[in-house]
Amino acid sequence: MKARHSRYAKYGYIFSIPFAAAFVIFSLYPTLYTAIIGFTDLQGIGTTEFHFLKDPFLNFRTILTSPTFQTAFCNTVKIWVLNFIPQLFLALLLAAWFTDRRFRVPGEGIFKVLFYMPNIITAATIAILFNALFGYPMGPVNDVLTRIGIFSAPYNFLVNKNIAQDIVIFIQTWMWYGYTMIILISGILGINPEIFEAAEVDGASGWQTFWLVTLPNIKTILLYTMITSLIGGLNMFDIPKLFLMGGPDNATLTTGVFIYNQAFSGAYMYNRAAAASMIMFVIIVLASILLFWLLRDRDEEALKKLQRKREKEMRRACRVGRKAEEAEK
Amino acid sequence: MKRSHTMKKTIIFIICIILSILSILPFLIMIVNSTRSTVEIQQHALSLIPSGYLASNFKVLVGKSFNPLVGFMNSLIISVLTTILATYFSTLTAYVLVIYEWKLRDALYRFILAVMMIPAQITMIGFYQMVYKVHMTNHLSMLILPAIASPAMVFYMRQYMIPALNKEIVQSARIDGAREFYIFNRIVLPIMKPAIATQAIFCFVSSWNNLFTPLVLLTDQRKYTLPIMVSLLRGDIYKTEYGAVYLGLTLTALPLIIAYLCLSRYIVAGVALGSVKG
Repeated sequence: MKARHSRYAKYGYIFSIPFAAAFVIFSLYPTLYTAIIGFTDLQGIGTTEFHFLKDPFLNFRTILTSPTFQTAFCNTVKIWVLNFIPQLFLALLLAAWFTDRRFRVPGEGIFKVLFYMPNIITAATIAILFNALFGYPMGPVNDVLTRIGIFSAPYNFLVNKNIAQDIVIFIQTWMWYGYTMIILISGILGINPEIFEAAEVDGASGWQTFWLVTLPNIKTILLYTMITSLIGGLNMFDIPKLFLMGGPDNATLTTGVFIYNQAFSGAYMYNRAAAASMIMFVIIVLASILLFWLLRDRDEEALKKLQRKREKEMRRACRVGRKAEEAEK
Repeated sequence: MKRSHTMKKTIIFIICIILSILSILPFLIMIVNSTRSTVEIQQHALSLIPSGYLASNFKVLVGKSFNPLVGFMNSLIISVLTTILATYFSTLTAYVLVIYEWKLRDALYRFILAVMMIPAQITMIGFYQMVYKVHMTNHLSMLILPAIASPAMVFYMRQYMIPALNKEIVQSARIDGAREFYIFNRIVLPIMKPAIATQAIFCFVSSWNNLFTPLVLLTDQRKYTLPIMVSLLRGDIYKTEYGAVYLGLTLTALPLIIAYLCLSRYIVAGVALGSVKG
């Protein structure tokens, strides 16, 4: 048996070469290279030569103390949090309705398709579309508001810091709640129906069932959604970049846009952009570790533990048996 | 009891209708305005009645360096090849993790789990410098080849393959004298078709929509992808050409909307199976 395995084992190495090679060239090397650039003086368009700085952490310190980076980081976290809360709330509500066993919402299938649709459209297109929709003086939103008499004159939404940020938050929620809803629906459908039947027999109300049965059972999926959304949110780029180029007054500047602007405009400060990337990298790795830890297979772990325990007992039993045999002799 | 149920159902239905309108309306305005003249849009930006200025909007649009056909072709080349490479090699790598018993198997799997969440964006500075050094910045291949290593997709393929692929099939094919590579291409790939189809859709869409990497690498106008073309609409040259901007947006979004509505059943089911956020 052993021999047969080793005959094919070499294919394990051969067939993983393409993946390994592509990963090393296009992921690992750029990652290390980015990390190295963070410690150098690499600046200026078209520059590839660099020297290590005397003070290795200069770029990191510059970035961490830069008010623009701090604003960008706060914006990113704020936009993510404020988009994720309504997104999750809406997705949970819809998922609960669409999986309710006592009634079916007519047109459920069509609703799901429509709610998910914004997610599939190019984010670049959506950003510029919303820029046009909220245009001043004559965007469609201003047109409606002045026509029905809410505003007497068109309002320039896009120069108001808070409103600009709110629109970005709205776009993010609008693009992602359908996705989150579908994930949660599949999670709820994966729960053993007998649990719901038992709750029904016990006379639980719809609200109680949702709160005490559904939610605890989709805990893992909720965490998964949350952390993938967090990682996506920390890299938010397309919408803030094209909606208002980070403005007005840096109100929609995210770390993704900050890094891009540092490296590919103005003074082309690759080194600072690299340092900022690495700071975000560390934050994302920490989030990933958290995800990995939360999604670990608890059943398998428990099984392994049990197996080890049993083996130990078996060995002890054998020892005892042997000793008894020897004693008999 | 009965009445409160009907009430609840009605409220839910109304909320769903409102959300649906919210999903459709921006795109509807976009499509309708792409047929209206700039003057019409300036008078009333919101209208649901199409007008007859599609052709003249198109002339303005194309007259200012916006070449949707070039963008469309480049995006198509990149997305198709990316999808083929990513699905093929991810399935192959998953196969390696499922079938062969070799020393580094568990290490590779754990490694893939660890790196699958790391977004490409974070390492872009190093990637750009590397590509720039070898003078490949305007080569589409630099946007395609990285797809060979798609850790998240390998993870998904492995999850699908474990219950779907019977090891005895592989064993009996070996006894019949089939080579390993042949077994993978002729026996394993067909078994994996449903998973490949699901992943192909998402891979295609995320590659089609990708803005960041092409924006960093491509400087040659002839190599621009559709999202970069779209980003040009934000520029000063289109500042007052509302009709043309809406048309440009429509040209990039409409193919996606149509494809989505045709494939929506599979896509929604695919998301439910647990795609990884791109």
